[in-house]
Order: sequence, then C-alpha cells, then structure tokens
Amino acid sequence: MAKKLGVYICGGCGIADALDMDKLCGVAAKEFKVENCKTHPFLCGAEGAKLIAQDIKDGTNTVVIAACSPRAKMDVFSYDAPVYMERVNLREHVIWVHPPKDEDTQMLAEDYLRMGLAKAQKAEAPEPFSETIDKTILVVGGGIAGMTSALEAAEAGYNVCLVEKELALGGWMAKLHKQYPKHPPYRELEDTGVDAKIKQVEGNPKIKVLTGAEIEKIEGAPGMYNVSVKQKGASTSLKVGSIVQATGFKPYDPGKLEYLGYGKYKDVITNVQMEEMAQKGKITRPSDGKEVTSVAFIQCAGQRDPAHLPYCSAFCCMASLKQALYVTGQNPDAQVYIFYKDMRTPGQYEDFYKRVQEEPGVFLAKSDVKNISEEGGKVTVEVYDVLLGEDIAVSVDLLVLAAGIVSNSMPEATPTVEMVTAEGEKRVTEIAPDSGRYATSALHLQYRQGPELPTLKYGFPDSHFICFPYETRRTGIYAAGCVRQPEDIAASMDDAAGAALKAIQCVEQTARGQAVHPRTWDRSYPSLFMQRCTQCKRCTEECPFGMYNEDDKFNPLPNPTRCRRCAICMGSCPERIISFKDYSVDIISSMLKAIEVPEPDEEKPRVVAFLCENDAYPALDMAGINRISYNPWIRVIPVRCLGSVNIVWIADSLSKGIDGILMIGCKRGDDYTCHFVKGSELANTRMGKVQETLQRLVLESERIRVEELSISEFRKLPQIFDEFMETIKRIGPNPYKEM
Amino acid sequence: MGNIESINAPNGILVIGGGMSGMTAAIEAAEVGYEVFLIEESPYLGGRVAKVNKYFPKLCAPYCGLEINFRRIKTNPRIKVFTLAQVENISGKEGDYDVTVKLTPRLVNDNCTACNKCAEVCPVERPNDFNFGLDKTKAAYLNSPMAFPLKYVIDTKVCLGAECAKCVAACQYQAIDLGMTAQSLHMKVGSIVLATGWKPYDATKLDNLGYGKYPNVITNVIMERLAAVDGPTQGKILRPSDGKEVKSIAFVQCAGSRDQNHLPYCSGVCCMGSLKQSTYVKDQSPETKVSIFYIDIRALGILEDFFQRVQKIEGVTLVRGKVAKIEEDPATKNLTIHAEDTAAGEKIKESFEMVVLATGIVPMTAEVKIPGNLVYDNYGFVAADAPGVYAAGCIRRPADVSTSVQDGTRAALKAIQSIVRRGTNG
Repeated sequence: MAKKLGVYICGGCGIADALDMDKLCGVAAKEFKVENCKTHPFLCGAEGAKLIAQDIKDGTNTVVIAACSPRAKMDVFSYDAPVYMERVNLREHVIWVHPPKDEDTQMLAEDYLRMGLAKAQKAEAPEPFSETIDKTILVVGGGIAGMTSALEAAEAGYNVCLVEKELALGGWMAKLHKQYPKHPPYRELEDTGVDAKIKQVEGNPKIKVLTGAEIEKIEGAPGMYNVSVKQKGASTSLKVGSIVQATGFKPYDPGKLEYLGYGKYKDVITNVQMEEMAQKGKITRPSDGKEVTSVAFIQCAGQRDPAHLPYCSAFCCMASLKQALYVTGQNPDAQVYIFYKDMRTPGQYEDFYKRVQEEPGVFLAKSDVKNISEEGGKVTVEVYDVLLGEDIAVSVDLLVLAAGIVSNSMPEATPTVEMVTAEGEKRVTEIAPDSGRYATSALHLQYRQGPELPTLKYGFPDSHFICFPYETRRTGIYAAGCVRQPEDIAASMDDAAGAALKAIQCVEQTARGQAVHPRTWDRSYPSLFMQRCTQCKRCTEECPFGMYNEDDKFNPLPNPTRCRRCAICMGSCPERIISFKDYSVDIISSMLKAIEVPEPDEEKPRVVAFLCENDAYPALDMAGINRISYNPWIRVIPVRCLGSVNIVWIADSLSKGIDGILMIGCKRGDDYTCHFVKGSELANTRMGKVQETLQRLVLESERIRVEELSISEFRKLPQIFDEFMETIKRIGPNPYKEM
Repeated sequence: MGNIESINAPNGILVIGGGMSGMTAAIEAAEVGYEVFLIEESPYLGGRVAKVNKYFPKLCAPYCGLEINFRRIKTNPRIKVFTLAQVENISGKEGDYDVTVKLTPRLVNDNCTACNKCAEVCPVERPNDFNFGLDKTKAAYLNSPMAFPLKYVIDTKVCLGAECAKCVAACQYQAIDLGMTAQSLHMKVGSIVLATGWKPYDATKLDNLGYGKYPNVITNVIMERLAAVDGPTQGKILRPSDGKEVKSIAFVQCAGSRDQNHLPYCSGVCCMGSLKQSTYVKDQSPETKVSIFYIDIRALGILEDFFQRVQKIEGVTLVRGKVAKIEEDPATKNLTIHAEDTAAGEKIKESFEMVVLATGIVPMTAEVKIPGNLVYDNYGFVAADAPGVYAAGCIRRPADVSTSVQDGTRAALKAIQSIVRRGTNG
C-alpha cells in the first residue's frame, strides 16, 4: 500500500517554547517531502486527536506523532491496522532534559524526527498470522496438579486430553493416608478426597483420559500440535493447542541416606514409607512387625545439604507434623520426637504446628543430628539440642526420615553429548540445564532445540521470573506442580489452575494472531527471505524459545505461533534476512542513516544508544520526568530486546561517522532480568566479537560499550551517557567520518 | 454525588484491587478475551509491590515487571481501569451482580499530560503516604516517576480549593477541575475477583519494640522505601533520627507474627524479606554489621539458596532468639536489643544504630469484608470462594509476589469459569 504520511508535532508541555517548530516542520517537508505536517499546542487533547482522526479518514495511513514518550498517552494515540503509527519522543528525551532554544537541543529533536520519519516510511502495521487453531488442552501427568489443570480447563469450556503413564490417576496424592489441614481452624487432618477428584475427572465429558499412556512425540507449535500417544502398544494421535506439563516428582533416593541409617537399620524408613504404612492401617516396625510406641522424625533428611538436595522441599515439616498425629492417633501413649533445623510452617499452617505442639507425647527440638545407631532392637538418635544447649539421645522403635523431592524433569545423571573439535578430536560435554536436551523425557517435542522444557537449577522447569511465574521457554507449554517447584497439595492445585489459564490464554491469543507473554499486544511475526539464507543455523540455535526447526539441509523452518517477537533471530542473522513488518534490520539501518552527523571540526560527536524498550528506555523517560539532564549528542533507538541488535547496525553507524555506540539492556548471568532470557547475554557476546574486529581495524574498542541497567536505575543512566561521552571525546572522532 | 454512565457487562469480570494479584487477574482474564473492569482504591496501580525496592531472591526491580503489565493494560482494549474507586455495594448473584462503585474525585481529568506545572505552583505540602510520611509532596502530585496511570492527583484533604486555584491557572490543558465531586458508577458484571491485598501489622501495638517511640526503629516496609531510588532518600539507607549512614543494624523477625497476642500465624514472607534487606545494607556499606534475630528461618523450596547466599556474606549474623525488648539511648538514639540467644543459651544485650521490625501481613479482609458468601478464617483470610466471587493474593494467606501472581492467574480462570457456566446453563 502506498504510504500517505501525516506528521503531527505537539507544541505542548513546553515543546514549542524549547524548540523551533518551523524548522522541525521543515525537516519533514523538505528532507522527507511530507506534504502533511501539522503542529498543535495540545495534540493529546480532544481537538488534536480529532485532527489526526480526520486525516486518517481522508486517507493518511502512516502517522508520525512527535510529542511525549510513546509510553504516554497510549490511549489517545492508538490506531488500528492498516494505519501505522510512529512516536517521536520530544518531551521526555529532549526538552525535559536539555536546555531550551539551544542548538544541540534543536539538532537532537530534528534527528529524532528524521529517525521517526525514516522508520515510518519503511514500517507497516503488522497483519496477524492466521491459521486454523485447535483449542484442545493437553495435560501430561495425572497427579493432583494434572487432574486439577484438566478439570479447571474443562470447566472453562475447553476440551482436554489428560495423559497419565500409570494405570490409574491420582499420583502421589493417592498414596497419602490423610492430608494436613487446608481449612480453618487448621487443626485437624483431612481426607485427601482423591477418589472424588478422580471420579470428577473421569466423569467430565470434556476430558479424555488416557491412562497407562505415554507421549511418543509432539510435533508442531501452539494452536497446531500433533501429539502421538502410546497406549497399550497402540498409537493414538491428537491435535491440541497448548500443553500443561504436570509430571510431578520422585522422592529423593533414600539409598543415599545411609548416613542417617537408611538401609543399615531396618527400622529407619522414609516419610513415603510412613504414608504407605498409615494408609494400610497400622504403623509397625519393619524389623519385627510390632506396633510402634516411639517414633523419631529427622527433618531435612538429605535436604538443605549441598551433598544431597541443596534446597528445601517445602512440605516435609508439615508432613512430619501430620505423621506425628498418625502415631499418637494409633497409640495415645506413644512418644514422638521431631528433630528439625527450622520449622517451616508458613501462613496459617502455624496453627497446625501449634496444634501438634499441644499433642501429648510429641516433642519437638531444633537440633543438629550427630549420630544414628541401633542397639537392643531400638534406633538411637543422638542430637545436639539447640534450645537446651546440650546433647540428647533418644531410643525409638522407628526412625522416619523426612526426605525431600526431586523434579521428574531432573535426569538421573547429567546427559552428555559427544562433539568433534575442529582438530577432529572427540570430546564429551555435559549438557547444561537450560537446554531442551537436559530434562528426563516426558514431552518428546520435535524441536530443533531438544525434546523437553529447559530447566533452571535442580532440574525444575520453572519460570525464572518472580513477577511472571508462568513464563516458559517453550511457548504454549506450561509446567505446574512439583515438576516445577517443591510445593504442597494446596499450592499445586492453585498452580495447576493458573497453568490451565495460561494454556487457554495461549490458544486464544494465538487464534487472534497475537503473541503470548510478554509482548501480548504484538501481531507481528518474522518472515524470512530464504533465497539469501546460508544455513548458518544462528537463528535456529539462538532463539530462546525454540521457534525454529530445521530441515535436513539446515534451512530454518519458522513456527510463527511459537514466536515471542523478541527478534533475537533478527539480531543473530548475518544475512539480514529476518524481518518483521514494523521492525527489521533495514528499518533500523534507515533510522541510523537519517542521523545528521556534523563535520569533525564542529566538535559535536555523535553516539547511538540502543536501549531495551522495556527497561532502559522507560528509565530514560523517568530521567526525563525527574528533569535529569545529560549529554545531547546521543541518539537513542529503542529495541525490542538488546538481543535483536544486528551487528550490521554497528557497521552502518561507524561507516556513517557515528563516534560511539552504546547498548543498554537488562542484567545477564544467573540472575538475569532479560525478559527474553538470552537477549542481553547474546548482545554482549556479539559485541565482544565486534570489539575484537574493531581492534583489528585499528579502531578503539571503547567506541562500543554494552551496559546493564535496571529500570529503576534512572539516575544512573544519565551518568552512563555522560561518562561514555567523555570516553568518546578522549579517543577523538571516528576516523571514518572524514572518508 | 453524581452518577456517571453505568456499565452493563453481564459477561464481564470485576476485579477489586489493583495490586499484583488484582492486576494479574485482570490482565490474564482480558488476554483470554474477557471484558474486565479493574478498580483500585488509591490513585495508582501497583499496590504494595510498587513500594518495594527489589524482589527476593533475584534482587530485581518490581517496576521491570510492572512496566510489562502496564503495557499489557495500555494495549488491551478489554481492560478498563478505575483508580480512586471503592466498592460501595454489591448485590445480586453469580452471573448477575449489581455493583456500585464510588469514585473519589481526583480533581485532575484525562487531559493531564503529567507536565508537573500544577505541582510547581501548588503552595501546599502533605506527608507522602507512598513513602510512609518520610518526605513530603505537594497537594498536587505524582507518587512515583514510574506511576501508572501517568496522571497527577490532588489530595483533597489538604488542597486549599477554589480560593487558591494556582494550579488551575498554571495548567494549560484544563486538566484540573477543583469542583469535581464524588461519583457513583453502577455496573452489572458476571463475576468478581477480590484482591484487596494486605496491610502491615500496626507496629505501634508492639510496645516492647519501641516503634513510634524511637525514631530509629523502623519497619520492613519503610526499609523498602529507604532503599528505593524513587524513595525519600533516593535509595540511601539513612537513619531517621539524624540522616546518618548506619554502621550496625538489627532485623527483628516475627515482630508481632507467630504471637498469640498479635498475629498468631506466620506471615510467610518476612524471613526472605529481611534476608533481602540485609543485602541492601551490605551493598551500600559492606562494613555495616547486620544481625538478624529469628525463631525459624522460613526459606521454602529453592528460596533456600538465597538463605545460604546471605549466610555467607561477611558481617551478617543470624541469631536464633526472640527479641524481648528494645530500649533507646536518648543521647545517641542508638537502640539496645534484649534477646535470648537460644543457640548459645545466653541472654543478649546488644546495641544497634537502627532496628528493622519484620512486621507481618494483615489481610484487608480482616477489616473490610465484601457482601457475599465468602468463608473467612479467624484471622480474616478468605478460606473459601463463593460461586461468582474469587479471592486472590494475600487475602487468602500471606503470599510472596510469585504466589500472588499465580493466585491472580488462578482467580482469572475461576471468574471465567463462572461466566462460562452461566452461558452453558442458559
């Protein structure tokens, strides 16, 4: 469609007082031949909005609004496709932070307008990806989390297929005698209600239950997965839209708890065995089958221990308190000892802790375990009692180890891969947890980046983000329950309901052609100009979400509904063949080329700063709101993610005569805050390589700097700008300027 | 009181509370495709998390996620946000609720561009409640540069009104209307998410710990503001009595929590909160001595890693013992903590320059309950949802940020199911 541009420059909030508005209009009219350039003293007011709306009615299809930050007044300046809108930030990034009626301020404003116009000339409003979408939800795992996800999704009106590898539903919950209190006054044990739950699932007409079944493979992408399930030797295929993985946990291998007597003494058991006995009806000593009159519990058995499980399994304190009541319930005269490190009974569970403290015969002690032995048919537990400040020893009929849980995604042993080095040498490398090839098989995804969800520490395929616990590295696949993190039944059920919502939301967003979190408004998706692809595999390897598959010739095969629109693939592509309608290598290159670079003798160096649009860019807005001034020679370009920065932009900038390049993104490393996981890290790696190249070209590597910045560091950002400008002044102008 | 146009959305969802849980519920439901009305009592969204400096255990900034959420709201036509809005009445039943919402006048309309001219000319100051009164704002103010909506508000309690009207003259955009009055908004909605959040336990009730009496005894929520870059000290942790950096600081865990005389339950997040805050102190001045007095450290799940990490920081001491009493030296304003170190089995008497009380979480539903069949426990937490009304966040039980978000997501689903159920049942 032919572009018909309208440029609207707001004079409000001091813009008209600080800038020469006629000269700004001149940039649009003379340099970009825009016929329709209007100024208005209050563009976001009713009259201004009407002005733009009328032009759109009259055929304007590309609107450039030079006013406040694109983050402000989004409700006023919002236009449906096919109208494309570009915002130029003259307020927060220009007049609020630079002196009025000043040459540099004016030059900055004009450059921003040029950049905005250059972008608007090339960018188009995206048309959503459309495909026939299947909205069935697949739930893998039929324990309490899986059953809950299935029911919750079904009750919201969606068809569900629930696949469980055991012959019956219920998972670990079915192996519990009782559950600890979930209802006020949080004092009495409760039935698990698992049978009713199973009936509910099996009786729900929207849920297809496949037990004794395993996933053979999952092909495709959100909204269009093809799933093969193997059941009784036969394969069934299903079409589903999104997936909840609720494959649960396994108890920590008690064989590793010999130091606490397990395996050495018959009357040392785990909390899981204790449940089994209680469920069967009688708590007895394995050694002689006699009913127990004294029981000790050791908390954190093989937990919070770097030699075993470094983490806490979250529910063992409550579980042992519950099991203590099994014992006193069976024999009111029984003695129970619970030896703990920290009693972890959060929230209202504290009431149950108090209830058990009141129970005659139950003795709780914060203690360090010193020795376990067996003598005269009894197990002797020696501990240092922290409260009493002395060593104590008890001899009991039975010792229960409160052992922890391991995610079913955690592999038995770290998987390895054999690689051949450039010298032809074979080398075995361990696979990292954040790879799709690390976790134990459950989903068998036919993805270029591996068959399973990448995991965080300890094998949990958890979200990395505090504020987005359902963030996932594989679009449309959400983990819930103990596979994701240690949690009890109540928490698993909440978790599973949330995961069901996310699975539903994914198919609905996908059906509308919109991305899922975090860019949920985004309807763009990448298109590839395959004629120029060199099969370098960078896009297929670097996408943090496994969007691309590959054919046997290593051509990338995009799956748009897996795409999260971060454009990291666009940043990775040396051939610049990956583009979005409103964000491409060419569009940003055009913006760079639009910057006016003064002659070296003017002594006005120019720096381009690529800013992550979620954190660094808003931080710069906030510097504006706080009127914190900084060097006016810097030109900011917001990017979807620092990982989307293509190194050709660096080359374009340098050949254009730009003196320095700043890239400011989110934190990388273990505690990364990059919402596209790898973007910030990839940018840093790529720039490291660029810096090496610069050195080879006898250009100062300091001309390029990558910085990490949190959104709240808006006072630090102007300092980064100023310090970088000092560096550029010190090393002098870019020698390419004169060529 | 005037009425504004009423809303008729029998398939819509009302979310009460614009903090983390409520905001999440609203966004998640809207992204499924439902129409959502989000009402928030204060002038801005974000609730308690907007006042938090960093989240545990990643030590990342809350506004990073809030920025995404605000953008999701701004770009989603299915969400309508009402700030300064309070529920006055709810009647009806699942699928057919009649809700009356009172809209407190902001005195600033949608024309506001957040240019700050009104605040520049405003002659009146008020204690800044966003910063727990540690600094002041003008009567016309924006609570944070990161605020959403990015729109000023005028505090009617201190505004001099039409006699002054300096702001009216200063505003070029007719954004200020000092004659604005409270309005009633009537809406019909299908289901409701209740996410009214929590407030810190009133630390002045802890007589023995000196809060309110001694300026250098602060609470954990105040500590967040002291450490925040948009806080009263621009992020420098300075003690209130003299504005000096502290060389020693104590954290008192379970201040009013796990205590029959105050909050019998555990507030779930305070252990992690204090471990986190000890890193704030250490990052600013590594030589400052930090002591954490605790009963049990409750770092559940993989949060245990963070506990281990803090224990390794030099100069952070964990003392197992309940603090019995805090006294102030009137000359230095330093504080003496009396506690029993149960690990060493001896009485402790130790002086600190500042003390942070890890006060607990009180659900808003302890005081204000909405009409309907929700079941509450003895503490005022919601123990069971009612058909059509679903609770989320800290009104269900003390919860950290992740749990609150999960909860909000769950509540969105419940509210959707309620609407679907009605649809299928006719």
